[in-house]
Amino acid sequence: MSIASSTDILEQRTRRDARHERLFRWLLKGCALIVLAALLGAAGATLWGGREAFATFGWHFLISSEWDPGNDVYGALVPVYGTLATSFIALLIAVPISFGIALYLSEVAPAWLRTPVASAIELLAGIPSIIYGMWGLFIFAPFFAEHLKPWLTNNLGNKPDDGQLSWVAEHVPVVGKLFGSDYPFGASILVAGIVLAIMVIPFISSVMREVFQTVPTPLKESAYALGSSTWEVAWNIVLPYTRSAVIGGIFLGLGRALGETMAVTFVLGNSMRLSSSLLDPGTSIASAIANQFSEAVGLQKSALMALAFLLFVVTFIVLLIARLMLRRLASKEGR
Amino acid sequence: MNALYLRRRITNALAMLLSTLATLVGLAFLAWILWETLRQGISALDLKLFTKITAYGEDGGLANAMVGSLIINFVGIAIATPIGVLAGTWLAEYANRTKLGESIRFLNDILLSAPSIVMGLFVYTIIVLPSTALTNGSTTFSGFAGGVALALIALPVIVRTTDEMLRLVPATLREAALSLGVPQWKLTVQVLIRAARSGIVTGVLLALARISGETAPLLFTAFGNNFMAINPMEKMSSLPQIIYQYANDPGESMHALAWAGAFVITMFVLLLSLVSRLILSRTKVSHD
Repeated sequence: MSIASSTDILEQRTRRDARHERLFRWLLKGCALIVLAALLGAAGATLWGGREAFATFGWHFLISSEWDPGNDVYGALVPVYGTLATSFIALLIAVPISFGIALYLSEVAPAWLRTPVASAIELLAGIPSIIYGMWGLFIFAPFFAEHLKPWLTNNLGNKPDDGQLSWVAEHVPVVGKLFGSDYPFGASILVAGIVLAIMVIPFISSVMREVFQTVPTPLKESAYALGSSTWEVAWNIVLPYTRSAVIGGIFLGLGRALGETMAVTFVLGNSMRLSSSLLDPGTSIASAIANQFSEAVGLQKSALMALAFLLFVVTFIVLLIARLMLRRLASKEGR
Repeated sequence: MNALYLRRRITNALAMLLSTLATLVGLAFLAWILWETLRQGISALDLKLFTKITAYGEDGGLANAMVGSLIINFVGIAIATPIGVLAGTWLAEYANRTKLGESIRFLNDILLSAPSIVMGLFVYTIIVLPSTALTNGSTTFSGFAGGVALALIALPVIVRTTDEMLRLVPATLREAALSLGVPQWKLTVQVLIRAARSGIVTGVLLALARISGETAPLLFTAFGNNFMAINPMEKMSSLPQIIYQYANDPGESMHALAWAGAFVITMFVLLLSLVSRLILSRTKVSHD
């Protein structure tokens, strides 16, 4: 083989490799752009589907509580309120419990117990949401209606069994309205909030536990050397150091709670009527879509799409804040 | 012992107690949910679950829903795996410090927790509506559309694990291959992806565990079908969808069937997460 032909072969091979390299790069980049396309597509498709509702009702869509398929009038207020109220209750319950779990697993528990307990809590995150929904519908909602609800309405509500205002309802302004109900079943905004709380606890607590472990040991040891108790180290050293990531974890849980469909649909009672009581049934954006979309036509379908667009935008913003907050701690660590 | 010291001691003891209680509450709910699923599920287990279809109602089983779930999940994983692995590879190997790469990594994390019902509506708009229009209504909802919706949910999970696993591969491996004159694409396919293989498989299993319980995206894509459907272009039933339908039915015996379905799904998901954990722990040992 002559020298000239071997350089030819070499050149051919280099050129071929370069071509393959370019193709490979484009293929990879194309696949990565699909992620972008999925997000933009979901926002675009729901906005497009909801254009009719937005055009018909304008800003009024956001503030109207009317949802009347008979007269073809739709407003987003009831499902939006349901989504926000259930998510807020969920966070109110889940945040302190998650903090407790994270504190227990990072500071309190003996070393041999940490991994098994952490795995068990993570197991809770793996259970499909429809199982939470079923458990809520068949087990927890009846339990709630039988044991907890009577106590709540009798002691806090304005519609107790004996027809008398409870002491709290008489003396504290809003509480009586929140807990008064003559609806006999368990399914309600409060129960949906509790089921959601159980669902998001593993998410929030695992983020908190992870970030608690990033606190430099010398920092904690210095505080211990100055005589701090475990709680004082957790409250004055660990929490301030990880504050942004802890808020990020909470927002991550909020993002989950806002968009959750199955766990809440089962226990929300599916009522499109606005009620001041947390013990009355309600609806959320996701459960309104799940319940009505397959039978909806025309403007109602468009209104549901518009709701989906609102949900998508709100969760996007919440998750954006969550990720930015989580990233702050990561950059502090130089990761 | 002065008052301040006492107060600090009490505060500390109280905090420790409350944090232990919080953990017990979390574990109690886990136990409660699993216990009920096991109890109600096992008492409803029956051979007809696997042999009869849902068309028989309360005398029927869940055979078509199980087959449907398998097909839809398979379609979802088959679509999401190649795209997810390639996208994750791009993030880790080609765009690690670039602006576009960082933004896509960031947006992928958001897609990871995006509401699944919106993904269902998205696929409804881009697949169900056009296929209805193109075939004059003979193909409307389909198992394939359900698979695409699930793929959108599995995708970010696979992208993220692939990305993370590839970044764990030691740089010396790359340098060794490059110094032999291997082009970068060959290095990626034949060395890096192979080195991170078990991690990537774990990601795919986790994605499968995630999508096999998803209900919301299937309601308006695969829709449901009371008869056995094998062709992915037909309406297709799935376990989560049948659970949703049966749990909302007033009949007690339908509830038993729903619990049986819930039991099957829970066992499947727990098994998957156990297997993926085992794979991951084994690779960790081999790296040390």
